[in-house]
Amino acid sequence: MTTDDESRTTPEVEVVEVEASSGEVVEEIKTARDAANWAQLTGALTVGEVPAEARNINVTGRRQTGPMQGFGKMWQKTYRVSLGAAVTPNEVISEWKAKFPNFWPEGNRFYGPLTGIAPGDVALLNLTMPGRLKLSTGVLVLYADEESFTFMTPEGHMFAAFITFSAFEDKHGGTSAQAQVLLRANDPLFEIGLAAGGHRQEDKFWIHTLEALAAHFGVTPDVDTQVVCVDKKRQWRNAGNIRYNSAIRSSIYMMGTPFRALRRSSR
Amino acid sequence: MTDQVLGVRDGGAGASIIDIKGEVTARSEDALMGAFLEANESRPHSILLNFTDLEYMNSSGIGLLVTLLVRTKRQRQQLFAYGLTDHYRQIFELTRLDEAVGIHDTEGDALAAAGAS
Repeated sequence: MTTDDESRTTPEVEVVEVEASSGEVVEEIKTARDAANWAQLTGALTVGEVPAEARNINVTGRRQTGPMQGFGKMWQKTYRVSLGAAVTPNEVISEWKAKFPNFWPEGNRFYGPLTGIAPGDVALLNLTMPGRLKLSTGVLVLYADEESFTFMTPEGHMFAAFITFSAFEDKHGGTSAQAQVLLRANDPLFEIGLAAGGHRQEDKFWIHTLEALAAHFGVTPDVDTQVVCVDKKRQWRNAGNIRYNSAIRSSIYMMGTPFRALRRSSR
Repeated sequence: MTDQVLGVRDGGAGASIIDIKGEVTARSEDALMGAFLEANESRPHSILLNFTDLEYMNSSGIGLLVTLLVRTKRQRQQLFAYGLTDHYRQIFELTRLDEAVGIHDTEGDALAAAGAS
């Protein structure tokens, strides 16, 4: 699964002019050190082959969003767990990328490429929400290296966010793993949802994920959570994001399920 | 890079310039926010980020720039960037930071835009 429009790519090389020993100016090709770590620039998200049960009703054709494009207050949420000295940061990230869906709470599905997580991948998410709603959304893998990887969310997702997963040597000489979410609710409806229990659900989700990661490495988990409101102001100019609201669109899709089944059986 | 040193200078006409050097990653937070505080001592209406000597930036670095952007908005300031390579210009587009930060080729262009805003 990759992003679309391969013709608009992030340049991996840059041509610079240098002076040779003869005094002659020659061109030298300088490779951007991190070029391979970033997704390629694209106009809209496209999802590749996915299992039949995966719903893709809110990802294809959408643009990726960061906190600047969201509506609600801006939050930085950091969840961190110590994994001890028996594992290195690179080993943690390698395992986390390879088995990412395995650490999620039950009832939530991550449909990504079988090869793990790589820059430019687009994964589908089918999430269990209150009221038995199955919310269909996705993420773009914005950045990935040996010590971290970052997701951006599509228009219509609950949050306009950067979600960064990282591992690093902590002050005790061991390794810590961290999930950090920089987010705004994408529209007024999701902002109300966050205030009415959404924040608690979000915290539970990532705490569970880090606990499962720690258990995978044989560590008794003790997840530290830090929540900071970075910006109390709401961006009312982005209230119109509600037209893409994935909860509304997923609800309408679910209501149509019996009719689609009936139509299929009558063919 | 915890010992990162960022230069801060007066650009004139109510603008302060932060010269970004080396890497911008999660480890740059103290240096970047310290430079921002120093840049604000003269109460400028615009902050210019000079990326000419940027060597490397990862997604955590982009997150820091978003936080910096919020702080400038809170103080009713404009944020501009210049000196970005084509690679990092496209990263700004990819992350849609370019929709909130004015991007220019040179310091002169950025200062002219800051003066006009």
